[in-house]
Amino acid sequence: MDSLLLQLLNGLDKGGAYALIALGLTLVFGTLGVVNFAHGALFMLGAFVAVSVNALLNTSKQIRDESITFFEAFIDQPYLEIWFGETGTTIIEWSAPIAIVVAVPVMLLVGLAMERGLIRFFYKRSHAEQILVTFGLAIVLGEIIKVIFGANPIPQSAPPVVAGAAPVGSWFGLSETLVYPWWRLIYLFCAFVIIGAVFAFLRFTTYGMVVRAGMADRETVGLLGIDIERRFTVVFGIAAVVAGLAGAMYTPIVPPDYHIGMNFLVLSFVVVVVGGMGSLPGAVAAGFLLGVIQSFASIGAVKEILPGIDQIIIYLIAVLILLTRPRGLLGRKGVMES
Amino acid sequence: MASITEFNPSTPKRDAMIMTIFAVAVLTAPIWLTPIGANYPDLLQRFAIFGIFAIGFNILFGLTGYLSFGHAAFLGIGSYAAVWMFKLLTMNVLVALSFGILVTAVFALVIGFVCLRRSGIYFSILTLAFAQMSYNMAYSVLTPITNGETALILETADPRIIDRAILGDAKEALPSPSLFGLELTGYPAFYFCAVMLILAFWVSLKIFRSPFGLKLLAMKSNQNRMLYTGYNTKPYLLVAFVISGMYAGLAGSLMAVTDPLAGAERMQWTASGEVVLMTILGGAGTLIGPLLGAGIIKYFENIFSAVNRTQLGEVFGFLPEPVADALVSISSLFVGEGWHLTLGILFMLVVIFLPGGLMEGFSRLAQWWRRRRETSATVGDGAVQPSE
Amino acid sequence: MSSFNRSTTRRRVLKGGAVLAGGAVLAPTVFTRGAWAEAFRNNPGDAGSVTLGFNVPQTGPYADEGADELRAYQLAVKHINGEGDGGMLNTMQPLALKGNGILGKKVEYVTGDTQTKSDAARASAKRMIERDGVVMVTGGSSSGVAVAVQSLCQDMGVIFMAGLTHANDTTGKDRRRYGFRHFFNAHMSAAALGPVLEAQMGKERRSYMLTADYNWGWSVEGSMTQVTENMGWETVSQVRTPLGAGDFSQYITPVLDSGADVLVLIHYGKDMVDSLTQAVQFGLRDKQVNGRNFEVVVPLYSRLMAQGAGKNVAGIYGSTNWHWSLQDAGTQAFVKSFGQEYGFPPSQAAHTCYVQALLYANAVESVGTFYPVEVIKFLEGFEFDGMGNGPTLYRAEDHQCFKPVLVVKGNENPSSQFDLLEVVQEVPTEQITYPHDLYAGDLGPYDV
Repeated sequence: MDSLLLQLLNGLDKGGAYALIALGLTLVFGTLGVVNFAHGALFMLGAFVAVSVNALLNTSKQIRDESITFFEAFIDQPYLEIWFGETGTTIIEWSAPIAIVVAVPVMLLVGLAMERGLIRFFYKRSHAEQILVTFGLAIVLGEIIKVIFGANPIPQSAPPVVAGAAPVGSWFGLSETLVYPWWRLIYLFCAFVIIGAVFAFLRFTTYGMVVRAGMADRETVGLLGIDIERRFTVVFGIAAVVAGLAGAMYTPIVPPDYHIGMNFLVLSFVVVVVGGMGSLPGAVAAGFLLGVIQSFASIGAVKEILPGIDQIIIYLIAVLILLTRPRGLLGRKGVMES
Repeated sequence: MASITEFNPSTPKRDAMIMTIFAVAVLTAPIWLTPIGANYPDLLQRFAIFGIFAIGFNILFGLTGYLSFGHAAFLGIGSYAAVWMFKLLTMNVLVALSFGILVTAVFALVIGFVCLRRSGIYFSILTLAFAQMSYNMAYSVLTPITNGETALILETADPRIIDRAILGDAKEALPSPSLFGLELTGYPAFYFCAVMLILAFWVSLKIFRSPFGLKLLAMKSNQNRMLYTGYNTKPYLLVAFVISGMYAGLAGSLMAVTDPLAGAERMQWTASGEVVLMTILGGAGTLIGPLLGAGIIKYFENIFSAVNRTQLGEVFGFLPEPVADALVSISSLFVGEGWHLTLGILFMLVVIFLPGGLMEGFSRLAQWWRRRRETSATVGDGAVQPSE
Repeated sequence: MSSFNRSTTRRRVLKGGAVLAGGAVLAPTVFTRGAWAEAFRNNPGDAGSVTLGFNVPQTGPYADEGADELRAYQLAVKHINGEGDGGMLNTMQPLALKGNGILGKKVEYVTGDTQTKSDAARASAKRMIERDGVVMVTGGSSSGVAVAVQSLCQDMGVIFMAGLTHANDTTGKDRRRYGFRHFFNAHMSAAALGPVLEAQMGKERRSYMLTADYNWGWSVEGSMTQVTENMGWETVSQVRTPLGAGDFSQYITPVLDSGADVLVLIHYGKDMVDSLTQAVQFGLRDKQVNGRNFEVVVPLYSRLMAQGAGKNVAGIYGSTNWHWSLQDAGTQAFVKSFGQEYGFPPSQAAHTCYVQALLYANAVESVGTFYPVEVIKFLEGFEFDGMGNGPTLYRAEDHQCFKPVLVVKGNENPSSQFDLLEVVQEVPTEQITYPHDLYAGDLGPYDV
């Protein structure tokens, strides 16, 4: 029972990441009609915003390391520590939250640039060509990051206050051994907040209302004299920010490397399609559903009955859902069906 | 991608000419690929094999518009089936090929039957899901059958029942796949693959020209209309899917023939994605395009990845040293470990400037040239033109 | 390309290769090996240079490790050709190399990308053999690739000097006459770790194993279980995890209340970085179970992995093939010349690759021919010293090197950015040696 609670948390946590990525992907699908294979790359760029912020804060004075005699080696002493002492150290330790704040404007710019510079020329092109160009873009972005940061994962840590595990068990009056990392709880919380914010934006603002109208019937909205193009540019920017935030917040959990986006790419497509094309609530629901199911499939008792089930469960569920519900959980008829 | 997929009143004579040119081009590949450093058996074999794979993929995607994102599963299944034939029965490649294609056809029939119940992106994700399940299982749980990470390889102790019955006990060394005594390694293996490629291309040409092919094209443009006119589209789609799967099975078996090893990563989504990219890069729906795309991607993978700084240094050696160094530093980003970057840029450039893939580019070029010739002909000495 | 029509197949050499219009016709010529000892594949003959093939991962998750291997190879080529400070050529015993290339021929090299995939690695190795005419292929960063390339090289009759490969299979079940491994293996890791773990953690421990679900993981899991259970530990559970899971939380939470007090993480590369980082986040390192401190063990360590996991490696035990901080003359010579060239110390992958290149060159120089059969016979049972690991034997029966194994621990207070691991103990060779027929395998013939 206790471990089931933890697995539920694990599942929600995974689901949060899936949902955030799928949310942006499905926004772009629904509004722009673009199959964006570079969406994983946006997640990766978000993660590397965090790496860059950390590297910037750690800009260091190189001090000759006398302990190494074979060759010239240096010890790094961050300027922040030299100038501000303890305060500097604290600032560096808080680089992950700082990065999350920085990621918003940076990723917005990246998204706008990507849409204006490339994606907008592909609205009218076939899906096949969208796939080729965005996949090419994803490779190029990944390789650029590889040239700058190398291929090895780069460790990022959460601030010391939340680096350890929270005593979840004692909160609920369960076993003391039940603990869960603070940062993962924060991730889950932030995922809910971001998802809520996106939904609120689309539902309660006139801007969002026009975007939703555009999703439903682009032509009519255009005839009403509304510049739908510009709104869609902003939507792409928002999708980039959501993906980037998901990436930046993920860095203390999984040390990022240039390939991290590709690892999420296929999975996020599965999530979006299982949720149903063109449905935002569907994407979010599918994200959490698949995350939780994946966690429960990894429990030892389950694996004993069905060895290897944890490796295929997501795809198995996807097949089952798509066969019983033709358009995924909440998909709309006619979207991306031909 | 319009020009060639549109109904094309082709004559048998024109098709015979295409086939002849194609066959000559394939068989002389060792000659005209030498200048670009691609003339060695392994890469030639790979061109032919992935050409077959892409041609087969194109029968499904190019004709019906159904985008399978799990075609690599059939490639892997074909390889495993072929290697198992080598291990259990005989090193004769015909047995391995037929069994590989047969097993793949069965899998394609089952998977196709399930996946074709949906269309559009839902179909793509279903195929992807099946392929990823196959890959994950082959890598771990199914290791007794697939040998997992280390890949299925031949052993001296394999039973090879038929071979042993005919030839007696095997010698100390591992046997090679053979065609009735002719060992298929190196160039002979390439020519074997080349013949298969020509056959595969011929079949594909026939399908494109057949009423069956036309029906598929009609479904691509408007499936509803086909349904209204009383066609049950499902069986046609399933046949296309199975044929396409069998092509992949043939390609997979040929991979096992040229290199008797079958690994799980052949089934990974990246491999499925690769054939999609090949087809779109060359031009989906065209006859030659997918082959061209396959060639380009394999060329980059094998040749560009092998260039290193020393070789670049030799290339730019004639320049003054600072200039040469700078050029080497810049260009080394795009070769060796940077070959992915070049490939990504290529994808983007092709699709930005040549909508419809490389074949579209060629046909535009041809048009432009024809137009230029026509204008120059009228302006210049028109009298020289032979009258037809 | 002059090697174009020297396409030698097994037991048969296809000679000629006259290219005629409309297709090439290849006239087969069969002859026996005995009369033509020099007619082996890619014989450099009278050429002034000889080419080696460096087949390393340049893309994918192990690209940095591959880059380090390549650095080491380039350094080895320099040293063999008599450039630079000579590195281990100054310390290797016995040494036949003269610093003028191999048998007077200048060493050149070609590179290729394994992508850490069997198919790609074999394609790359075939290109080197068929097009570039290499006499030896070396490199790689996973056992799947090593086994695949090794069996290819056996078929092609070209020597393969394995890079980083740790599974028992490489020199066990899948050993090949033309393949050699300097790196240690899962069995040795377990044998070396056992006594150290016993001394540090006691005899009454309950271990929980998370294993990467493929051949290498299983072979380490098998060896570790055997060793730890022999010294009295109890195995609570063994859970297989999918490759590249990224998030391992669903496998780590069951450890919390399983009653186990040691977690053995049998992951490599990115998987190990991820699972270790997450295990530490779940507070396992601060935990007390059964009145003892909870411990984490990582059977195979590498510096790049330690870099990726950052501070999380502090105090975590594991084993390595070699570490740059060793004080013997060979290590110092190598680290000095590597550090001066590139500005940081070499990884264990770089070390094993450097040594493998030198060992091959030295063997050829010693027997006076590139004929692989002679080179193989020389390397089989070859004993050497001064290469950073102390006295080392290339065992004839399975082509596995036997030398001391290092048990290391993540440094709690690193004094520099490279000082990530500290050597706990150098476990002597006798303790990790096992009979060659423990893992049944067949090397295959010399003549192919």
